[in-house]
Formats: sequence, C-alpha cells, structure tokens
Amino acid sequence: MIRRELDNEEPDRLYTVTRGRSVADDPHLDIVTLIVAAADPAPGMQSEHARILRACRAPVAVVEISADLGLPVGVVKILLSDLLRAGKITARHPSSSARARTQLPDTALLKKVLVGLHKL
Amino acid sequence: MPLAGTVTEGLKIVIVGGFGVGKTTMVRAVSEIRPLSTEETMTQAGEGIDHPGLADGKTTTTVAFDFGRISLDDQMVLYLFGAPGQERFWFVWDRLFSGTLGAVVLVDTRRLADSWYAIDRLEHHRTPFIVARNNFPGSTHSIEDVRDALSLPDDVPLIDCDARDRASAKKVLITLVDHLYELSTAKEAVLS
Repeated sequence: MIRRELDNEEPDRLYTVTRGRSVADDPHLDIVTLIVAAADPAPGMQSEHARILRACRAPVAVVEISADLGLPVGVVKILLSDLLRAGKITARHPSSSARARTQLPDTALLKKVLVGLHKL
Repeated sequence: MPLAGTVTEGLKIVIVGGFGVGKTTMVRAVSEIRPLSTEETMTQAGEGIDHPGLADGKTTTTVAFDFGRISLDDQMVLYLFGAPGQERFWFVWDRLFSGTLGAVVLVDTRRLADSWYAIDRLEHHRTPFIVARNNFPGSTHSIEDVRDALSLPDDVPLIDCDARDRASAKKVLITLVDHLYELSTAKEAVLS
C-alpha cells in the first residue's frame, strides 16, 4: 500500500533506484505481464532486484510487484528490464499486447473468461 | 496467495468512477486478494508554463489506483483496477490500461456529472464499457432516468448493483463480458 505523499525527497530516491534512467528498455512490459523468477537473489545484488526475485517465485503481475515494493509502475518496469536482460526472470506477456488498441478480444477468449466468472 | 505456476495470461478490466462511488468496494467484493494500491508517475513538458522551481519546465504528477485479482482458470488471471475518472488520469490511461477487455463505469445518481467525463473519454479511446449504478440509499431515479441523464446510447448496458455484494459485483463483470462477447461476435460475423 502506498500511502505517502510524493515529497521533495522522493524523486531523488527513485532516481537512485533506477540509476537515473526514466524509460524502460523493454517497452513490452504491460502492467499485467506475469513475471517468474529464473534465479535466486545473489549477494551484492541491488536490493530492489533481490526483492523482486523473492516476490516472483510464483508468477506475479508487474503491478503486484509495484504494490509490493512500494515503487511506481514505471520504476518497476526499469528494474524488471534489468533482470530480463540478465536472464534472472522470464516474462509471460498478455495476448492483448499483440492486439491493436481498438481491436476486440476474440470470442474464444471471452468465453473462457465467462466460464471463470460464472464459477466465482 | 500466490498464483498457480501454470498461469500464462493476465487480463484486465477497469472500474472507473468518481471518488467515493464504491470502486474499491466492488474490487474487494470479488477479489481473491485484499485490494492493493500503487501509483504511476508521469512527466509532462510544461507547455508554455513558466515554473520557477523546475529548470527544465517539466512537471511530475502521480496517479494512484488500486486493484484486485481473480484466478479464472489454471491459465488465466483477471486483474480488476479501480481508477478515478478525473482528468489527469487519462494521461496515463494508455500506459496502464491499453489492452483492457473493457470498462465498468460505476455511477452514483447523486453525482452523475462525475461520470460524464469518463464516458466521453472511454468513447474517445473506443474502450467498450457498461454502466453500473451503485444503489446508494435514497436514490429515487429510475434506471431510464439515469440513461437519459448520461445520454447513454441504447446499446450500452446499464444495470443496478450493490458494490458491497459479491454476487452483485460478479453480475456486473458478467454483464460486461457478455456485452464484449456480443460485440466481438458481431464483428467476427462481419469479417467472415
């Protein structure tokens, strides 16, 4: 839960976490891309990277990692792109990222969603 | 509660509505996890605004949102997002919610005007949506009065709900996905 105000100190901390970067290298990370650890945290690793690896032993969405670490989504995407490049995590991308923005999901997918919702 | 290792597909549905209309309540009613919140920051170039404190003329705004989760089957997980429909949120809409299945506009009849902007933006983004009226005590308007007040086209579903109630919140989601299914079926029929 993020309850704090974004005060004057905060941008500096975020700047440090991302080492000054403000754009993720991997533009394909969606907030519901599922992240799975492919390695254990190693000594000397940046603490946020280690926390991410501990958080995604089972699949977990980018947005859940963001809430867990208390860091904005954009910052988490930068940290995840580091780990992806290093082969420490794998990413399961949503099929919607291959769809044009105004294109509707196909009926086969929607039918599965309906079955799941009816079971709730 | 961790997700099953077999899950490969993350889906999203966005619940849009003004402050206090019951978005988080609805997320909580159906979510398998306690709702979580997080934020996204956006940096905008100050267009013609002379801001003495910022040398590069950029301003950073933070938008907060909350979310919950429903495991649909062993492959798909649905994330439900509660998003305030206010103006600045739409700057990050594409970054956060592109690829959403659709949206639920949650309205309070005492503050219908709060929803106009959100409906206008969803139409602009061509995001399919339904409207759900959260039944606050004392609302006397008929559901058709609400449709008129929102200038809602006849083909957009409009239903009553109780955001606190799991069965009612579930029905809202099913109404949305049924609507999407109809839209998608009609489109596939045209294409085939």
